[in-house]
Amino acid sequence: MNPIFKSHEKDFMRIEADQVCVDYNGTVALYDASLNLKAGSICGLVGMNGAGKSTFFKALMGFIRPSRGKIRINGFKVNEAQKEQSVAYVPQNEGIDYSFPVSVWDVVMMGRYGSMNIFRIPRESDRRAVVHALERVDLYDLRQRPVGSLSGGQRKRVFLARAIAQRASVLLLDEPFSGVDVPTEKLMAELFLQFRQEGHTILISTHDLNHVRDFCDFVVLINKTVLAYGETSEVFTTENLNKTFGGMPPNPLSGPQSSKDFVNE
Amino acid sequence: MSELLISITPINWLLDPLTHEFMRRALMVSALVGSVCGLLSCYMTLKGWALMGDAVSHAVMPGVVVAYALGLPFSLGAFVFGVGSVALIGFVKQKSRIKEDTVIGLVFTGFFALGIVLVSKIKSNIDLMQILFGSPLGISRSDVNQTLIISFIVIFILLIFRKDLMLYCFDAKHARSIGINTGILHYLLLTLLSLSAVVGLQTVGIILVVAMLITPGATAYLLTDRFDRMTILAVISSSFSSILGVYISYWSDIETGGSIVLVQTFIFLIAFLFAPRYGIFKNQSLINND
Repeated sequence: MNPIFKSHEKDFMRIEADQVCVDYNGTVALYDASLNLKAGSICGLVGMNGAGKSTFFKALMGFIRPSRGKIRINGFKVNEAQKEQSVAYVPQNEGIDYSFPVSVWDVVMMGRYGSMNIFRIPRESDRRAVVHALERVDLYDLRQRPVGSLSGGQRKRVFLARAIAQRASVLLLDEPFSGVDVPTEKLMAELFLQFRQEGHTILISTHDLNHVRDFCDFVVLINKTVLAYGETSEVFTTENLNKTFGGMPPNPLSGPQSSKDFVNE
Repeated sequence: MSELLISITPINWLLDPLTHEFMRRALMVSALVGSVCGLLSCYMTLKGWALMGDAVSHAVMPGVVVAYALGLPFSLGAFVFGVGSVALIGFVKQKSRIKEDTVIGLVFTGFFALGIVLVSKIKSNIDLMQILFGSPLGISRSDVNQTLIISFIVIFILLIFRKDLMLYCFDAKHARSIGINTGILHYLLLTLLSLSAVVGLQTVGIILVVAMLITPGATAYLLTDRFDRMTILAVISSSFSSILGVYISYWSDIETGGSIVLVQTFIFLIAFLFAPRYGIFKNQSLINND
């Protein structure tokens, strides 16, 4: 498959975050976070709970407005990129109400809503996209099942299929490996490599370091700010990981240099 | 009427009331209101807005009283206060540390009390009992027209935006990430809730209207795993309850609103006990085949 993207060159920047700061009612959640991700890359976003991972995600999805800095996706502002269906979000299993009366097919079709007219009536092309997405995650036979009757791994695959059906060039995945069985993990690994081949950019938020080593070309270590960023082999050092996970407490007064600067401002 | 009961055949039971104009009107309005509230109740139960429905339906009380006193359509006053209460709930929640359910309870009881005080103070022909308990058997022609107009507006909007609203209830984050304005959907749903509460209080009154806005949805939710089927089942059970409730009320001379809601509750109980997949006495073979 060769998705139609605005730009297909290898050096095209899909995600650009420049000195992004976010604060909630005066509490700093993220400070000076910068990140550039090329087309066709897989990047792990690693940090402790409360280190600003989900804040960074929310900023990339336009759910919260940075107090400073700018974010561009495929060169567009976030809300413009969303209207172009460029960003797909794959939620954590815990964030979904699985007793909701929808089938696997219904959920994957939701990935097409943004491309439909106001009545959201599926066209033949939408149905083809859904069939294709279901086949890629190996769920076509279960398409009529209610999502609540699926296993944890199958549930994760439904939302991956939704992102595939959306034909987004940027995929944001929130803890994709939690509660996932071995076959699903293998399938996801293959899918991620295919996505990279097709020029997608994948950002994976996780606290599971083994998966980052296995899957990710790049890694971002985050603790209120971007502590280190680069190719996985270079960034994944003991020293950096100590900084991220407790070597230094997430306290602005004794924390990383940039946070100290912020407090003094 | 009780001496009549002995000699009525089922056919007469159904047809006799239809000879009265007020009964034809009551049945039509109740069935329509049942459909509107039944449709919306699916979104209320799935979104978890039962308490919000309770709040809005009580908060419209002062609006109804003021509108009657000023000679305006009662639906206008009710709508203004319904939406106003929701805005106030949002404002108090945002500006204070009080939890949402407390704010909801606080605001709607305040509005409701204001309504009761206004009724006792404004000397007019407002019948408190009629507002509180509804009276579809005594509904006036102008009230029928209002109910018709509002019902069709609500049904029209729900049909256009049913998929967006369903997506909003299921996964608001995804809706936002594909460029859908979820803020507008939120207030659209609240507006529809206010409008439905307005038509609902015609038939069952302010106190019981929340039942119209949640019970059919809850019943349908126990019966199916498909959203479209859930809406159809909710509309059928809700309008059937309304019609049967009006008939029972006519023959047994009991309060109509209470009668309608009791029928709804009875249908829910049946679903709760015997729903094929989710009832207490569920069909084991259905589960095992999965």
